[in-house]
Amino acid sequence: MATLSVTEDCEQLRKAFAGWGTNEGLIISILAHRNAAQIKSIRQTYAQTYGEDLLKDLNKELSNDFERVVLLWTLDPAERDAFLANEATKRWTSSNQVLVEIACTRTSQQLLLAKQAYHARFKRSLEEDVAYHTSGDFRKLLVPLVGTYRYEGEEVNMTLAKSEAKILHEKISEKAYNHEDVIRILATRSKAQINATLNHYKNEFGNDINKDLKTDPKDEFLAILRATVKCLTRPEKYFEKVLRLAINKRGTDEGALTRVVTTRAEIDMKIIKEEYHKRNSVTLDHAIGKDTTGDYEKMLLALIGHGDA
Amino acid sequence: MISILGKWHQDDRKSYRKGCPQFFIQDDRLFEKWDDRHVAFLKHEFLRLKNAVVLWTMHPWERDARLMKEALVKGPQAYGVIIEVASTRSSEQLLGARRAYHSLFDHSIEEDVAYHINDSRRKRLTKIILCIEQLLVGLVSSYRYEGPKVNEEIAKSEAKTLFAAIKNADKKNPIEDEEVVRILTTRSKPHLKAIFKHYKEINGKNIDEDLDDELSLDETMQCLCTPQTYFSKVLGAAFQNDADEHAKEALTRVIVTRADDDMKEIKEEYQKKYGVSLSKKIEDAVNGNYKDFLLTLIARGE
Repeated sequence: MATLSVTEDCEQLRKAFAGWGTNEGLIISILAHRNAAQIKSIRQTYAQTYGEDLLKDLNKELSNDFERVVLLWTLDPAERDAFLANEATKRWTSSNQVLVEIACTRTSQQLLLAKQAYHARFKRSLEEDVAYHTSGDFRKLLVPLVGTYRYEGEEVNMTLAKSEAKILHEKISEKAYNHEDVIRILATRSKAQINATLNHYKNEFGNDINKDLKTDPKDEFLAILRATVKCLTRPEKYFEKVLRLAINKRGTDEGALTRVVTTRAEIDMKIIKEEYHKRNSVTLDHAIGKDTTGDYEKMLLALIGHGDA
Repeated sequence: MISILGKWHQDDRKSYRKGCPQFFIQDDRLFEKWDDRHVAFLKHEFLRLKNAVVLWTMHPWERDARLMKEALVKGPQAYGVIIEVASTRSSEQLLGARRAYHSLFDHSIEEDVAYHINDSRRKRLTKIILCIEQLLVGLVSSYRYEGPKVNEEIAKSEAKTLFAAIKNADKKNPIEDEEVVRILTTRSKPHLKAIFKHYKEINGKNIDEDLDDELSLDETMQCLCTPQTYFSKVLGAAFQNDADEHAKEALTRVIVTRADDDMKEIKEEYQKKYGVSLSKKIEDAVNGNYKDFLLTLIARGE
């Protein structure tokens, strides 16, 4: 039984599509202020009441960036990750970053749900698609990253942290960035363990590991390794940077902007906004306001304010 | 045995000891000492029932997690068990085992497999072991699609890829071929069965017959596509006269872990392959309560 407000939401959304054009403002005012569970209810009720999939109707009515942000937001988080991951496997290596993002910033449970959603939607496993669409070093790193089911406990073995920090340093010094040990450590150890290892790395060898991984700024594999490290240890800093680059880029990278906002709105957007403000001296709201327009801008702003709503 | 031993007095037991010089050796300190090997042998035989019962009563997830852990600790000769568990279970069963592993050992199975094999590699420094590591990590990490949908074009093309890798085996070991590992560790089982079929059409032989048996690729393929063949082979090996302890333990493991799954198909395959029923073989070769327990398990569902 849908609650009164869910029924109302469905009616309003239906009205937003009625007649010529679309009442985007109405769509924003409803969807941007609902959480994933509520949106799920709305989709179910909409389908029962009108016999159509809300997403298909949105697809029909909306266009471009605005459509994409609404569509992504309306998907269930697991479906969203599956959708983004699938898209990423079909693109060039620059999209590998999206795979790293999904594999490393989600919890083990969230990643698992995404993989289940992937089975259901694409009739294949995420691992087989990632493996099929990558090769060489990228495959060696990405397949284990998406395949892993990390232990989520806080236990840390300090002896192991020391020995693995040493191994990492050794391989990096030899420029053996794709070495099995490097990949093994990053792809299989728990996040707590990796944190301990990298802290020890810094204590013992003086630099942040990412600084040592910056030897060639053009090397794409190194960039992916750095992204992996950052996603595993400091996701809010990683996302701040993605947002900053997306906004500062001439013309704006709406894909990245949309992706980060829709995937983090319910998770850690508040912390990301703080990071953004600290790093850029302006608020994220302000930056988005300056860089985007219209309904797209309105939706984004509504979503990043989501936690405060 | 119980009815005899249980009734003996001290003197009876002393006569027994003196009368069996093959089991008991006269020691300098004036007592009949158990021959070490026979004590070990007896302990082993009693242990089998205990192990079987303990394994049987465990939750399947815990069972699989412990089997894999044990295999890791034992080393390379036991890696076949890891392949067996990772490849013959359904995606959900394997996932459950991985969860149980978290609870039991505070690590993920993938980190332990990667680490242990890596460790042994340090001592032996061979590239092949590295490839085996990648195969095993891939297998335990897999979360295969379980639906029936198969892309026949891709299956055909991957059968050709595997064929080419096998043809090239004298120059490069198939296990070093990243495409071979990719296909085996990520493709769904229906897809792999389609590959099996296409391979036979190309080459006239079953792919597992063509794969090198030193590096477990053939076992992997069998486990994934025709598990009954694999299991009946393992059971057959357990009954060999020269079977070592590892081979014998497989009897408990296979029967306990498959009793609820595909035991019926395994029995059929065994009968076909060895010309005698599995129950008869167990009747002849095994003793005591352990035998009864095994027979009860394999008779389930009939």
